[in-house]
Amino acid sequence: MFKQIFSITLMNILSIPSRWSTSSVIIVGIGGVVAVLVAIFSMAVGLNKVFENSVDENRTIMVRSGANDEMSSNLHIDDANLVASRTFFETVAPELYCVANVPKKATGYPANIVVRGVTDASFDLRPELRILEGNRFTLGKNELIVGRKAQQEFDGLEIGDRVTIREVTWTVVGYFEADGSAIESELWAGLTSVQSAFRFEGGISVVRARVQHGMDIKSIRTSLDDDPRLSLAIQTEADWYERQASTGTLVIRIFGWVITIIMSIGAIFAALNTMYSAIASRKYEIATLRAIGFGGFPVVVSVMVEALLLAVLGGLLGAGIAYVAFNGFTVSTLNTSSFSQIAFDFAVTPELIGLGLVVSLVLGLIGGLFPAIRSATLPVTNALRGE
Amino acid sequence: MALIALQQVGKTYRRRGKGQPSIEVLKDINLTVRKQEFIALMGPSGSGKTTLLNLIGGLDFATSGTVNVNEIALNTYSGKALARWRADTIGFVFQFYNLLPVLTAEQNVALPLMLTKLGSRDRKQHAQNALDVVGLLDRAKHTPAKLSGGQQQRVAIARAIVADPEILVCDEPTGDLDRGTAEEILSLLQILNRDHNKTILMVTHDPKAAEYAQRVVYLDKGSLVSTAESTNENTDTT
Ligand SMILES: Nc1ncnc2c1ncn2[C@@H]1O[C@H](COP(=O)(O)OP(=O)(O)O)[C@@H](O)[C@H]1O
Ligand SMILES: [Mg+2]
Repeated sequence: MFKQIFSITLMNILSIPSRWSTSSVIIVGIGGVVAVLVAIFSMAVGLNKVFENSVDENRTIMVRSGANDEMSSNLHIDDANLVASRTFFETVAPELYCVANVPKKATGYPANIVVRGVTDASFDLRPELRILEGNRFTLGKNELIVGRKAQQEFDGLEIGDRVTIREVTWTVVGYFEADGSAIESELWAGLTSVQSAFRFEGGISVVRARVQHGMDIKSIRTSLDDDPRLSLAIQTEADWYERQASTGTLVIRIFGWVITIIMSIGAIFAALNTMYSAIASRKYEIATLRAIGFGGFPVVVSVMVEALLLAVLGGLLGAGIAYVAFNGFTVSTLNTSSFSQIAFDFAVTPELIGLGLVVSLVLGLIGGLFPAIRSATLPVTNALRGE
Repeated sequence: MALIALQQVGKTYRRRGKGQPSIEVLKDINLTVRKQEFIALMGPSGSGKTTLLNLIGGLDFATSGTVNVNEIALNTYSGKALARWRADTIGFVFQFYNLLPVLTAEQNVALPLMLTKLGSRDRKQHAQNALDVVGLLDRAKHTPAKLSGGQQQRVAIARAIVADPEILVCDEPTGDLDRGTAEEILSLLQILNRDHNKTILMVTHDPKAAEYAQRVVYLDKGSLVSTAESTNENTDTT
């Protein structure tokens, strides 16, 4: 049986070069599907990465009860001081989240960018933040530092440049990176400077804090809820970012599957077409083998093997194209709550390439099955007659 | 003893689609073939020669009557068992050779041995022996495209005999060859019949080709009209 399968399959595969144009239809069809699938999903993965990067399990974020994002959370610096008086926190960082307009490099038109007012605690809290060039702003001066991606996307944010935000002129004094996380799309400045520029004296948006190792977030939550002076919701940064990311990536994922399914239908027809013409061109040969005494099952298997082989070639081609064209490709998306820009990279991961190959195999399986069955059930005498 | 015995064999094709009349391609065929006979099957185009050959070769089932080979009725076999039986018993030779273009002559010849328990070394040896019988050992590594029509038909004959079947079934084996080449092929079939004990059934349009056989059977509109001993004047021209 294996000898039969082997020899028919070998014959099929050896004859692929002579049928190159029909065989390439399946490769290109499936390759296209996989390329688009991998490209779209690499967006979702990339966007997720922005939010997931360097999340420390002891890091928490406190917003006003009921607020779903930093933009809509309003707190007072006194809240941060009350939080800081609690023993279960190590580092407590009040942050003011504002939005300014700066021209984009690509269009020249102003777009929203996050300006985050911070104290030294925010740096202590984020060890992943690294000054790439220049240095940190001096507290009390109208200086700011620029995230790596903000600098790439927006105009006039070179070190030494002066930017006017809210009628205040700021000087860019440094660039920073932060493991590709969302803050790379932001401008950072001293908390009090941002408060006064945005007429928000004493106001903050959120309090970030690192809890002492081993502390249970639930008991902290209960303790904060019991304090009548506070109206805060605490959660881990991991949970927070997951909620922030899930809406955006869900939309991308749904979009990705819809496009994939639509294209897959086309690719299945391409595969069916290829395999039907492949067996039609070898009807005579298959019938000859059947006459000699070869079984129907080896014929089915060999046609399937050929279809799967071509499908995997298509899958590799598609994944390769997606990788070369899109991996690391940076795009911006609107953060839907603040309408500020978040830049992220397409991430073509090994898992995505695996997904692409699985999809190509499924398409090859469907596209090869019916032609394979047809090839084995065609009456031998008719095929020998050339019908 | 009769090797092949057909009794009141009929074959009717049911046309696809309603209202189409079914066509009776063979009716009431009675034919006995002895061991080591070389029979030529003649008749006008469409008279049912190929159909009859397919029934004897186990490629198709009769709709009525019985086809016995070695005293076993072929319609008692399942499709799978019949394929097995074909591999053991029948060698097929076709008008257009039906070689696999991607395989060499030797690989083509070795194909039927894929259905046996032989290892690859034995398969190669058997294939070379068969190629030697048809006089093409020196072309073993050539693909069909590099061979002439006559050479391709020799390779096809080598493939038909490689598993040492008892019966050769040849459907117009010289139909696509010029006279000289055809005579070489016919002589080869005659040697296989005489020296290698093959029973041969050969369809042909050509009365000259039929002269190589011992007996000629005529078909017309699906019925056997006559059967005659061949004049056999070419028997000794090898
Ligand atoms: N599968 C089939 N379905 C319907 N008619 C068929 C089929 N196979 C053969 N025939 C018909 O049977 C008749 C005999 O065919 P065939 O045996 O090939 O004749 P020959 O070989 O003598 O030329 C022809 O009329 C042919 O059209
Ligand atoms: Mg015919």
